[in-house]
This record gives sequence, C-alpha cells and structure tokens, in this order.
Amino acid sequence: MAQLDKTFPTNDCSICIEAPKMVDVLRHPNIELLAYSEVKEVEGAVGNFTVKILKKPRFVREDKCNACGECEKVCIVKVPSEFDMGIVQRKAIYRPFGQAVPNVFTLDMDSCKKFGGGCRDCIAACEKEGANAVDFWQKEEILDIKVGSIVVATGYNLLEPTGKYGYGKYKNVLLSLQYERMLCAAGPTSGHIIRISDEMPAKKVAWIQCVLSRNVKIGKEYCSKICCMYATKEAILTKEHEPDAETFIFYIDRRTYGKGYEEYRKRAEYKYDVKYVRSIPGEVSEDLETGDLLIRYENIETNTIDTLRVDLLVLCPPIVPNDGHAKLAEILGIELDEDGFFKLIDPSRPFETSVNGVYLCGTCQGPMDISDSVVQASAAAAKAVSPLTEVRGTEIKELELPPEIEIDSTEEPRIGVFVCHCGANIGSVVNVPDVVEYTKTLPNVVHAEEGQFICSADYADTIKDAIKDHNLNRIIAASCTPRTHEYLFRNTLREAGLNPFLFEFANIREQCSWVHTNEPEAATQKAKDLVAMAVAKSRLLEPQKESELAVGKECLVIGGGLCGVTAALTAANMGFKVYLVEKENVLGGMLKKLHKLFPYDVHSEELLGQWISTVQNHEKIDILTGSEIEDVEGYIGNYVVTISQNEQREKLNVSTIIIATGHEEIDPQGFYGYGQYENVITQLQLEDMLKNESLERLNNIVMINCVGSRNDILGCCRIGCGTAIKNAKYIKDIYPDTNVYILCQDIVLSGKDEKYYRTILENYDIGFVRYLKEREPQIYGEHGELVVRAYDTYLDDEIELRPDLIVLTMATEGSEGVEELAKKLKIPVGGGKFFQEAHMKLRPLDFATDGIYLCGCAQSPKGVTDTIAQAIGAANKASIPMSQGLVKSKGNVAIVDEEKCIGCGICASVCAYDAIRVEENVAKVIEAKCKGCGCCGASCIERAVKMSGFTDDQLILQARAALHAEVEK
Amino acid sequence: MKEFEPRIIGYLCNWCSYAGADLAGVSRLEYPPNLRVIRVMCSGRIDPTFILDAFLHGTDGVLVGGCHLGDCHYITGNYYAEKKIELTKKLLQLAGIPRERLRLVWVSAAEGVRFAQIVKEFTETIKQLGPLNYKNELKEIQAAKEVAESRNFRILAVKVKEFVDNGNKYRELFTTHEINRLADEIINNEYISARIRLSIKEKAMSVKELAQQLDLAPPRVLRHMTDLKRAGFATIDRIEGTTPLYKAT
Repeated sequence: MAQLDKTFPTNDCSICIEAPKMVDVLRHPNIELLAYSEVKEVEGAVGNFTVKILKKPRFVREDKCNACGECEKVCIVKVPSEFDMGIVQRKAIYRPFGQAVPNVFTLDMDSCKKFGGGCRDCIAACEKEGANAVDFWQKEEILDIKVGSIVVATGYNLLEPTGKYGYGKYKNVLLSLQYERMLCAAGPTSGHIIRISDEMPAKKVAWIQCVLSRNVKIGKEYCSKICCMYATKEAILTKEHEPDAETFIFYIDRRTYGKGYEEYRKRAEYKYDVKYVRSIPGEVSEDLETGDLLIRYENIETNTIDTLRVDLLVLCPPIVPNDGHAKLAEILGIELDEDGFFKLIDPSRPFETSVNGVYLCGTCQGPMDISDSVVQASAAAAKAVSPLTEVRGTEIKELELPPEIEIDSTEEPRIGVFVCHCGANIGSVVNVPDVVEYTKTLPNVVHAEEGQFICSADYADTIKDAIKDHNLNRIIAASCTPRTHEYLFRNTLREAGLNPFLFEFANIREQCSWVHTNEPEAATQKAKDLVAMAVAKSRLLEPQKESELAVGKECLVIGGGLCGVTAALTAANMGFKVYLVEKENVLGGMLKKLHKLFPYDVHSEELLGQWISTVQNHEKIDILTGSEIEDVEGYIGNYVVTISQNEQREKLNVSTIIIATGHEEIDPQGFYGYGQYENVITQLQLEDMLKNESLERLNNIVMINCVGSRNDILGCCRIGCGTAIKNAKYIKDIYPDTNVYILCQDIVLSGKDEKYYRTILENYDIGFVRYLKEREPQIYGEHGELVVRAYDTYLDDEIELRPDLIVLTMATEGSEGVEELAKKLKIPVGGGKFFQEAHMKLRPLDFATDGIYLCGCAQSPKGVTDTIAQAIGAANKASIPMSQGLVKSKGNVAIVDEEKCIGCGICASVCAYDAIRVEENVAKVIEAKCKGCGCCGASCIERAVKMSGFTDDQLILQARAALHAEVEK
Repeated sequence: MKEFEPRIIGYLCNWCSYAGADLAGVSRLEYPPNLRVIRVMCSGRIDPTFILDAFLHGTDGVLVGGCHLGDCHYITGNYYAEKKIELTKKLLQLAGIPRERLRLVWVSAAEGVRFAQIVKEFTETIKQLGPLNYKNELKEIQAAKEVAESRNFRILAVKVKEFVDNGNKYRELFTTHEINRLADEIINNEYISARIRLSIKEKAMSVKELAQQLDLAPPRVLRHMTDLKRAGFATIDRIEGTTPLYKAT
C-alpha cells in the first residue's frame, strides 16, 4: 500500500492513510515489531507455539540510527530500487521510503560486496554525525518467541509478464505498479508522467487488463480482482496530472464490484473522458524511430482490426503469491491451493487453516482490495484471540509516558506551527514556505517550520525535539483534517510531555489545496488565514484531563441472518453476552430464501443450519425473534435499547451494538414488464422455485442482469452475475434441453470466482448476450407470447428471443426500516439505503460513533464469505472496548463557572445526555457523560458555561483572525 | 476594478457538515476560496453572539452547517441551532442586514458534492449583495450583538422550541404563530432599547433626535427611555429649552 499513490474509490493519498497506522503499530506498547526478519521454524500447538525467528542483520544498529541519511549520500554503490519498481536506483545503504517504519537505514551487504565492499565511507559518515550506527560486523540473531496463535498476512506479488506485449523489451511498456510509482509525487519522477525511452511527457497512455490472467493456457485462470479499479484510478490520476492526455483501457469485463466502484468508473468515463475499449489486444510493437508503441486490437464495435499508437503502455498482470509462500506453508504446516495461495479450507470459515491456531488474512489467500483486506485483518485478529480468551490481557504492557509538564494559565503561550507539504498534495497548490514565513509573524508563535509529511514517524521526533528546544506549549499542525489525524498529533504531544489538548489543527488540504487546485494564490492566502485562525484559538487552549467510562460485556446484534448469527457467535465465543434481535419470527434472513450458493454449490440451508443450531444452544446468546428496535438511548458502555416483541416492551442494557440488517431486492414493479406479464419474475422467485422443485420444463428462459443497478443511485450489486450463472446452471442440470440466455453488461465474477464462471462456460451451453447500458433490452407481448429484443455487442446486431420465462436479476438495497433504525442510532445512511461506514478503505466496519459497528450486506451487497468475514470483523471491533472494560472520554467537556451561574437550569434542559444538572442552585457537569457538543454553552443566559476546547472566546477570536480584525480580548 | 471578493465565515459541525467539506476535498471538487471554516462539535454550539461578532468585524456572510434534522450526532443540537439561527436572522434584519447573509444548511458526511454546490451558491449570493455597508458606524450591529447577549433573548432562544414542543410550566402549548409574534415583540423591544443606549452613550440626545435617527415614532422612543431610566441605564443629562437630553449612565 505504501507503494501506491492514491487509493480508489476515494482517491485518498495512500501513504497519508497508511502512515498513521504504521506509526501506531510502532508505538503500541503491546506490539513488538520485528522488521527485516523471517520465520524459520514453528513448533507446538494452538495456545503454545514456539516460533524461531531469524532477525537478519541490517548492518545498521536500529537503536542508534537516527535516519539522518548521511550514509546514503556518501555510498557509491547503486542498484535498482525495489520500492520504486526499478525505475530509479537506490544506494547499497538505503531506506525504502521516507515514511518507512521503523525509520532506520539498512545496508544491502550483497550489493555492497559486489563492489568490493571496501570503502566504508558510510561508517565514516555515520561517525561524523556522531551516531556510530553502521556496524559491518553485525550478526544475524535467532529469536525464540512464544505465542498462542499466528496470523499470516504475507500479501502478494505481481507476476512479471516477461515477453508479453513487449514487456522487458520495449522501454515504454510498464507494469501497473511501476506506473503507480511514477504518479506518486514522492516517486522517482516526482509525479511527472514521462516516457522511459526519452523522458518526454507522455500524452497518450493505454492500459491492458487481464495480462496473463483469466487465461488457462498461458497464465493464471483466476481474475486479479483489483485491476479494473486501479487502472481506472491510474487513468483518472493521469488526467489530473495532464488534463490533455488521452487514456485508453483495454478490458474484457469491467469488474466494479464494490461500494462506490461503479460510480467511480463512470466518473472516469464521463468526467475524465477515459476511453474504455472492450478488447484484448493481439500484439504490441515498437516504432523504432520514436519509441511509440503500436497496439493492434480487434475493435468489437466496428468489427475491424485497428492500431492504436501510444506513448506509454501499462500492463495489469496477475496477482500471485508472495515469494517464499511455499516455504512458509511448509514451516507452518498449512496447505496451498492450486495457484500457490494459502488454501481456504471451508468457505463458511474463512481465515482458518488446516492447523488450529494459524489464521489467514488478506491477499495471501487470493486477490482482494484494501477494504476487504482490512475487514479480514479485523476478523483474523478475532479468530486469533478466541482460543486465548482465558488469558486475554495477561501480558499487557502499560505505556510509559513522561510526566506532564505543568502549564500555568498565566504563562505566555509559546506556539509551534508545523506546515505540511503532504508530498504534492498541499505543496503543489499552496506556497508552503510563504505560509511558514507568514506564520512566524503571528503573535506568540515562537517556532514555525515546514515538513514533507508531518504525520510520519520521523517527523514526530522532529516535533518532539522542537517542543523541547523551543520550550513550546501549544502546537499547531497545518496539514490534513483533524477527523483523521488529530489523535496522532495529540499522542506526539503527550509523548513529549505536553498535555494532548494543547494542540490545534489547520485543515489546509481537504478544505484548501484539494478544493482550490486552480487558484494557488487564493489557496495560499486561505492557508495563511486558516493558520492564523488556529493560532488565535490555540493561544487560549488549556490542558484537559481525560475521564474514563466503564464498558460492560453485553452486545446487541441487530439482524438474525447469516451475518448477525456469525457476529453473535463470534462475540459469544469471546465470552460476551449477546442479544440477537431479528424482526422475522425465525432466524436466517435472506439466506433462508435461497436455494444453493455460488461458488461453492452448497445448500444455503445446510450452511445456515449448522450456525443456527449452535447459536440457539449457546448459553451466552439470547435470541429475540419477531422483535424490533423501538428506541435506543445512551452511548457506548451504556445503551438502553427498548425492544418490542409481540406488543411487549423490554429494555436491554448493552455496551455495544452490531448492525447486521442485510439487504433486499428493490421493488421490481415496472422493470421489464414485471407486474404486467406474469412470467416475468425475479431471481429470488426463481430461487424459491428451484428450492421447492416447482420449476416446470420450459423451452426458453431469459435472464436479464443489472436490473435497477449500475445507475446513479445503486452501483454494481456484486452478487447478481454469480446468482444468474448459478441458477442457469441448476436449470440446465434439471432440464438440459431448456435454452437459457443471460443478458448482461459485464460479467462481474472477480477473483477466484472467475473459475466458477469458467467451469460453467466450459460445461454448460448457456447463451450470453452482452447488451449496452445505453441500449437496454426491450420486452413486449405478441399474441400472448413474450418477446425480448436485445442488441448484442459481439454480434453488433439485434437479436430476438421468445422466452417462456424472464428472470430479472434485481439490484438490492438496504432492508426496509433501516432509515428509521439509523435515526434511532444516530448513524448515517448513504445511497441505496446502505449504511455509511466511517471510512471506505480503512474503517469499513465502524461508524464515527463509538460502540456501533457494521457488517454484511447492510453496508453493501456481498457474497457469503465476505459477509462472514465482516461479521467476525465487526464482532472483533465490538470486543475491543468490551474486553478493555472502558473507553476514555474525549476530554473536552463543559465547565460551569459557579460564580456566574444563577441556577436557572436552561443548560440542563438542552442537554441531550442528562450530563448537566442543577444542584443547590448551581449547575453541575457529570464529566463522563458529557459528549462535548457545547449546546449548553450556547444556551446559558449568563454565558457561565465554558465548553473547553471550543470556548466562546476561542470561537470568536478564530472568526476575527479570519477577518483580519484587531484581536482583542 | 477588481471583483468584490467577499469574506465568509463558516461554522461547521464536526460530524456531518465538516465531514462533508472534507469529502468535497477528497473528491477534489472545486469551490470558491472565500470561506473560512471554524469547526465546532455541534451546530448547537453556535451562539448568536458569535455570528453578530463576526458581522461586527467585517464578515460579508456567515454559513452555518449542521447534520440533517434528525441526524444530529448529539441528538437535538441542530434543532436548537435552527431556532437560534432563525432568531439571529430577525436580529440581522433589524440591524438592516439582509437575512440572506446568514445561511443555515444541513449537509451530511456523504454530501461532498452538495457542500461544494452550497459554497458556490452562497458565495455567489454574497457577491450579488455586495460588501456590507453600515449606516451608523456599526451601531446597528453592535446593538444586535448586545441583544444576543441579553438574558431575554437567550431565554427566548431556548424556550421557543420548548414552548412549541412541550408547552410552558403550566402545560400551555403555543402555536408557532403565537410564539413568533411573541419573539418578534421581545426582540424588537430589546433591539430598540439597546440601540438607544448606544446612541446616548456617545452624546446626550433628545427623544426627538433619537426618533429621527432610529426612524421610529417619538412616543415609542419615549416609552423605552422611561424604561431605561427606571432601570438605571439612562439619566437626564441636561434640559435644552424645554427638551430633556438623555445620557447613558
């Protein structure tokens, strides 16, 4: 992820969102990071593994290296940089990238020795800096570590398509990851898109998808799942860098399966004018004079062979298991599948391996995107702790922090301001040095400086040093948004001995450089104002104490489908009390209505049955069927949920809530004659017929995919293609003579599901008709018969079908009533009635509100394995505060000035949390209950309530600073 | 001539509208650079005095953003915000500032596009209105600010919602019409008295002069003056001819 420039579909800067996580790992008192190390041997069993780890010598001492980089400067040995995909060279002593964690250098002794290894200039340079970290005599170390369980997250690699489409032969043919580096502002070309052959700007770029994948003969059978999306992303970014560049993407299917993905692709096509060409080119040749590439391909729309001349060609090769997978599998005693990935033993129990206590997550078991990997990581962590429930928490180390420096409120503020370039994200629009110079002129600012990435681990040290050197007592970061990065800087302050609340943010990225790209001067002025506003506010910042709130061990799961049942079981197995609420009279949800599941061909009832019986017999789980959520009050650790069951009301006290409300087909009325002709049905109705064996023998059946989906409101439904193909297969199994046609746009069976598609294509005679969104099939009745007219892209002609039955693959939306539920829980719902998670990539299971978690199809439609993964992941998220037994309050609470207070009680009447009460004619705040909204402060008639962190004076002065008004008070 | 570039202050709630503004950034939507955002946790935190202080210090417009009604992260904060902003608009109007210069919007965390659109529209509206001009050296807006700080106004700002939703202590429910009439009356009176006080703070003035300056009927001014005198805020400075001149105490 660190190698990526941006991530789809939000175009979040990849390193910006990953770096804080890496820093957290490094800083976490309960995580021991062993980088540059390998697992050599594993002995023992679950609960008691002994792992032999080889710590490779870096030839640089981690404890002494301060990453000054002097050694790198003097090193004369150059080798291709792995991190930059060989586009540029690195030195023999190097650090892969600026935000690397741990932030230390490594000496690549093999490369050094190839050049003789005798200069030792690095040692001298390091000695000169006084660090003495370079150590040519460092030996490898073998560590024996005792652990209870093991999580494997070894990721993937790209298969080099040597020889294919001129890769390795023509200079301007790149791998997708090489291109990604080129796009990155911190990359080898500083974000300039150039041709490798002559370093001229590239104006025409093409991507070829499925290079060596979806191809049994010469490559990998499976689909690599993410290429459609990342090629789209790279094309959008290309357009952003070079608005007049032309971009072409050659594809077989556009597999935009995830939440917001189809919308993103459409944006590429219509806003950025990225051209999608449905074709897989035959060959690529090079124009010897210019270095241009000539792509020969079959133009399906015109049925001709065309040639496209481009400056750069980007190949999207298959995702393959990482190096050393086979060896690691042997060490761990787990199995590999036929493609070399770690094997999924049972689709209903993802993450588990043939060895109890060893769990998998992410791309080491097959291609997947970042958000799915994050979900899996959370779920695998849940799995990994479940065998250790009894000893959970016994080895916790408390973080040792320096004592807090006392801040006297009469002391003059000494403000330090750090302005971030964020690579080119801010720096390419806002004149950062200018902002820094301006900042220095502001009152009480004693120190201001700029940084490339001020959220990085090494910069945290810079901030800490500055605090010490300049005796700073207020800190301002002018960078991205406090909503994602505030906690990080607050931690830095605390580690430097400052109260974390003496920190203020100026958001000069999301709300400045990113929205004023074309107005650098105005953006710079705005950035200055935002910093001045932060300075005005920070002068009045005061230290705050964090108060704690107890969290019990009861969890409410809403929804009793596969997802809810799995979440309930996971939480219960971790030792928590679970209430499982289902509005229907029986458990099972959507799965109960289905016949068999793709791509495993298991009966949905069989899969469900085993879970349901376990849940019903679990002593920790209370099942409430036929029940609805009437009301929710309170907050994490303290929810009071009113449940109505058979007109009876019951109040439950729970600490956390997991939402697993699933999805349902949208109303099919009005689509393709549904409701008008009785033999137009939906897939769900067909499932029912197949399940009850009530489907009669018919001559022709037509299925229409993407009904109501891939439009402005709903994206790809992710499961429709699989459902249609699976049902077609079962129809053919019963009635081999029945003709089944599937009218589809793209076949979205990504990842390993591709294999299922291929098997069916090879073994069943099913007619696939590719229609275009712009030319949807037409349905009408003629002499009591149904007629379907559709345009087939491959035939470039209209075809006419006379089916006996039409099956519509309907889009799905969030279940009925989720909007009301969302209101009760105060959480957001997005398009298609799907709940809106906190962050698409990195927080797919959380909400901004603590204590409420999300999983399954309530978030967006998905298949069985992904649903189970999310359910387990969400249960794990809920278990964190429950097992710690507390959450820390945010610290900013209301404070009553008892001198001023007249005891009128207006503050108490506006408080939604009952956190302020009038006792003996004076208002009193219950700090742990206070959520910091500040309504009381805005309502107090004597202005006696002070909302810390957002006081009247602070907010007023912020506005005055923005208006360049005289700052009084 | 250089085009008028308005200065706009935005108060956005952390959970919805500020997040929506962030999303506009993440989606790289362009909007005019005139807005300066102040983050608050809840739109219910916005005190009318903040807004009036901003106008007093030269803002051309104020944008307040909260969660959609019913979606407030703090349950009811935005309902209170709605009432407070409504009353603030009344105050602005009394001070001769078009109410369009203050706008309250509900923007969710998923509405980046909408946020950018709103900023575009609002900036355009303010550009159309032109720079803010004060007649009497900011006295109108100063008076409005003093009203916002007054007990009566602050009680009203909270009770308006309560009286309509739950009724007063005697369980008497008020209709919106009734409560608005009551609110108008209170605000009007508070404003006039604040405005008079500001004028006579500078120099002693007669009721007639004040009536002229404030464009009010002299008996009305006299009534306020009597009240001010009784409350000890004003006193007779001297008598010119037969006309008493009042001064603030």
